Amino acid sequence: MAPWRWTIHETLEHLRRGEISAVEVTRAYLDRIEALDPLLHAYLTVTPEEALAQAREADARWAAWRRDPSTPLPLLNGIPLAIKDVICVRGVRCTCGSRILENFIPPYEATAVARLREAGAVFLGKTNTDEFAMGSSTENSAFGPTRNPWNPERVPGGSSGGSAAAVAADLCAGALGTDTGGSVRQPAALCGVVGLKPTYGRVSRYGLVAYGSSLDQIGPITKDVRDAALLLQIIAGPDPRDATSWPAPVPDYTQALIPDLRGMRIGVPPEYFIPGMQPEVERAVREAIEVLAELGAEVIEVSLPHTRYALPTYYMIAPAEASANLARYDGVKYGLRIQGETIWDTYRLTRGIGFGPEVKRRIMLGTYALSAGYYDAYYLKAQKVRTLIRQDFERAFERVDVIVCPTSPTTAFRLGERTADPLQMYLADIFTITANLAGICGISVPCGFDGEGLPIGLQILGPALGEEKILRVAYAYEQATPWHHQRPPMDAALQGRTGA
Amino acid sequence: MMPISREEVEHIAELAKLALTEEEKTLYAEQLSAILEYFRQLQEVDTSGIPPTATVLPIRNVFRPDEPGEPMPREELLRNAPAQADGCFQVQPILEFD
Repeated sequence: MAPWRWTIHETLEHLRRGEISAVEVTRAYLDRIEALDPLLHAYLTVTPEEALAQAREADARWAAWRRDPSTPLPLLNGIPLAIKDVICVRGVRCTCGSRILENFIPPYEATAVARLREAGAVFLGKTNTDEFAMGSSTENSAFGPTRNPWNPERVPGGSSGGSAAAVAADLCAGALGTDTGGSVRQPAALCGVVGLKPTYGRVSRYGLVAYGSSLDQIGPITKDVRDAALLLQIIAGPDPRDATSWPAPVPDYTQALIPDLRGMRIGVPPEYFIPGMQPEVERAVREAIEVLAELGAEVIEVSLPHTRYALPTYYMIAPAEASANLARYDGVKYGLRIQGETIWDTYRLTRGIGFGPEVKRRIMLGTYALSAGYYDAYYLKAQKVRTLIRQDFERAFERVDVIVCPTSPTTAFRLGERTADPLQMYLADIFTITANLAGICGISVPCGFDGEGLPIGLQILGPALGEEKILRVAYAYEQATPWHHQRPPMDAALQGRTGA
Repeated sequence: MMPISREEVEHIAELAKLALTEEEKTLYAEQLSAILEYFRQLQEVDTSGIPPTATVLPIRNVFRPDEPGEPMPREELLRNAPAQADGCFQVQPILEFD
């Protein structure tokens, strides 16, 4: 048996039939992490004792359920998951990929994590991330980059690259990431897995370390679309601890999973097929659109004219919010402290030494955009263009149910290739950023491979609270195509290591 | 728009409470200038009469019930403190007295 290969819903089936225990599943993942993570560096912290204890509790619940099938059984009983290291798990170190929080142990738990825990999940550990989720390649982690399981010379995407790589390499059954400008969907595309960014407010942000508060959203990264629906089902819903969580009931997302698209209108925006994008990506996405049409969808061209302004808008708003959110890291209450001669020196030194280059760059950019004399020209202007981008989508969603486009303009690039040029790096998120600015939902599913065997992602965008629509399209596409069955060539690497 | 000078970088760093090395000041002057130059394209967009979007949610003024609750234990709150004394966070003085 190779339990790490199973999706969440397959694992639940095996557990239900009593063919394997939660402890055995958990141990299989922990062994695999031990063997493969030195190569990939998907995890920053692994918590084997806690995970095995949670698995034993899950097995006790399975046993109670077997004795009396009327015993309530939580939805994810015994499923081993990984959590991006910007989301707090009570009592487990949360670094945010930063030296400034290297030893921070949160005394509280994110609502999304608490809901998964209540659903019986097992937590294997915390996954690598760009520092404070700022980046598109996971190279900005203060603890070193994660590598792409499909090719270790390539980045896994960012900033949830640790979670995406862990799911792709079967180092967990599923994971949580966060998406501020595409950080769930873009790494999912580059690692060949499914990544879902829920509507802003659909999932509580309580316990998520804030980066861009009006954009951040927690989302699942999984091996298939059904698993994404399952995890979203559990983490979604209003939360009294987050006043920006959407006060709407959560539908049963698994009901949306039907392999048929008759009656669905699918919009294709020409603005998302830009000169300079990798031709193989464009070809794969165009072929995917043909598949959607064969499944019964009506394909309609829709225009999103302000798309070209999304990147500068995002890189004005997100850093402005970041500069305010990261003001709390001053060496007083938690985290690193570098003592200076005066308290002001202590603040400056702590932050100057504790933060990495990308975080400092964004704090500087945000502070500049918000400073006297520049606020109107930069920040307010960007907030107004944000309105136009939202209105583009509102108009488009009057005509279509969902919009499909590429997730990323290229497949995974080489480590180090873009680190010297921040603008070039920012372009990696060009197709995902609009969804965050507009607050809508989106999902990335595998839709093919380039000539070097690197995965390509298809992005499906839906209106606010339109998760059922994007899940339906993603599911129908997935069921009609073979891509999600392909796995990175990890077992060769594993044999190479153990056989040596 | 003008490129960002080293003096401006120093001023922004002071506002943001960031100690920067000399190399960082030069690097950020170059990079921020390039990024802001790229942002100039936003000025092409006619936004007259367009309201700004600060949040995408159709909600405002959300209040929690004003009910007393159990605070987190002091030891737990102080556990992550870089320095503590007498059950408090310990920091340097903000005001200097002779």
